[in-house]
Amino acid sequence: MGLRESEAKIASLEASLASLESEDILQKEAIVKQIEEIRQTAYTHMDAWDSVYLARHPKRPKASDYIARLFDDFMELHGDRFYGDDGACQGGLASFHGIPVTVLAQSKGKTLEENMKRNFGMLQPEGYRKALRLAKQAEKFHRPIITLVDTSGAYPGKGAEERGQAEAIAQCLQVFADLKTPVIAVVLSEGGSGGALAFSVADQIMMLEHAIYSVLSPEGFASILWKDEKRAAEAAKVMELRAQDLKRKGVIDTIIKEPLGGAHHDLDYVIAQLDEELLKQLERLMKKKEKTLLSERYEKFRRMGQSYEGM
Amino acid sequence: MEQLFKTRKMRLDLFKSRRSSDQKQPIDVPENLFRSCSECKESIPFEDLMHNLYVCPHCGAHLKLTAHERIRQIVDEGSFVEMDKRMTLLEGRTFPGYEEKLERLQKKTGLYEAVVTGTAKLGGIKCALAIMDSNFFMGSMGQIVGEKITRCIEYATKKKLPLIIFCTSGGARMQEGILSLVQMAKTSAALAKHHEAGLLYISYLTHPTTGGVSASFAMLGDIILAEPKCLIGFAGKRVIASTVNEELPADFQTAEFVLEKGFIDRIVERKDSRNVLIQLLRLHERRVSWD
Repeated sequence: MGLRESEAKIASLEASLASLESEDILQKEAIVKQIEEIRQTAYTHMDAWDSVYLARHPKRPKASDYIARLFDDFMELHGDRFYGDDGACQGGLASFHGIPVTVLAQSKGKTLEENMKRNFGMLQPEGYRKALRLAKQAEKFHRPIITLVDTSGAYPGKGAEERGQAEAIAQCLQVFADLKTPVIAVVLSEGGSGGALAFSVADQIMMLEHAIYSVLSPEGFASILWKDEKRAAEAAKVMELRAQDLKRKGVIDTIIKEPLGGAHHDLDYVIAQLDEELLKQLERLMKKKEKTLLSERYEKFRRMGQSYEGM
Repeated sequence: MEQLFKTRKMRLDLFKSRRSSDQKQPIDVPENLFRSCSECKESIPFEDLMHNLYVCPHCGAHLKLTAHERIRQIVDEGSFVEMDKRMTLLEGRTFPGYEEKLERLQKKTGLYEAVVTGTAKLGGIKCALAIMDSNFFMGSMGQIVGEKITRCIEYATKKKLPLIIFCTSGGARMQEGILSLVQMAKTSAALAKHHEAGLLYISYLTHPTTGGVSASFAMLGDIILAEPKCLIGFAGKRVIASTVNEELPADFQTAEFVLEKGFIDRIVERKDSRNVLIQLLRLHERRVSWD
């Protein structure tokens, strides 16, 4: 039984528990016990496709939840100074334990209305250019940057192509590689393709336990390689897109533990760990000389995927 | 363990046999004396096509070139020196069918990977050169393509050389997963250093330049050139059409379209490419010292 089926089963059991009229405590206890058993099995034996499900869970906290809890004085700044303001990219200033920081987030909405405004977290070129503008501003004022990554991918639209989606992402990759201030990236839920990578060129990359980060969505991957979008579950299993896989490959540095069943079951638990880890890494990075910081960042990406022979 | 040694030995033998045949310059051997244009379907005598730089004499379509044919057309004769020629992937070939496909393509194309890198002279000016080849895995960028291009850029930075990259790619190589994606960051970071050193980078886009390659080094040139009519874009046309649910213009994502939108500098026909590159290299020679 996959996680989707298990959660459906739990929901139906909970419904029957609520509608149970009798005062039969034993019967109630039996159902509660059954729910707990399903939960334990389902949540402790998760495969990659289950992680994809959790990463996209409708109740999964969004970037705005993390911003509100990690910083008490976030001030949002708008616009790319070229064309418009992209709702899928939230950027601004905040203080973190008294340290002024620039926050750049890929934001999904919680309601349909908010998702229309935020384009379901899929950035347009304006979003990447807003991030670039605020990143350069952070560099000017020696402010560290914290990015929150949560996107299924950059928006594949007609206007996005016309206004240079590829160029906007490429600029992010180049500029962040050489940005003279510490950068920490946190992959919250979905890290899909170049659209996510553009926000992940950082000195330290953290990832929530059940987040996914991949070259493409499992659906897109299955569609390209097997011409069959329906084989997404199978794709997820061979793609190695989970935090533990990425840590092993050296693509991310730290895994932030989530409570049983995912971040939405106990957000405070996740925030507490994230807060501690962010502070620790921020203090470590802020002590570094600019030259060291930049050469270490370069080496970090330089080392990724270096397995070759026969020159 | 035994199996491991066995496959390793097999691969080594393959390299050895390949190495001994490396001396011959790869040339295009026509399978028959005529070839039909992939655009207008006209049949063209192979020799005419070769003399016309593989541009269709009927419709002007710029047909696909191998990396070595491109080098032959561009550089001063005999000046190309290849680097990292035999670099191939050691680990991470586990995706079902991937290893076999790599080996099949290596045999078929005579290449080891989808990019050829090295140094050459153009009009007497030395530069670093990377030429992608879409005959190999659609020119997709995996770890080796990323590594070879990064080394080529780093070499250019170290030796203070201008850099020219001929791009053609379907994007990131899916079979290598996330490690192919991060090559976008790796190559862009190397370009940041080349840029910081005040050196010239010319990106030359050829058909097709899409996905992860378009969203990294292809779009980072100081000067971006493109061949006529070539496809340039980030997302696939099919994906966009289904997202926006509307008909896309016929010239959508062509070089002409991208030029009009302001994202490339010039469209340069193949017959002019060598001269235009030489002119650009000359115009970037330093005459004024600011120090």
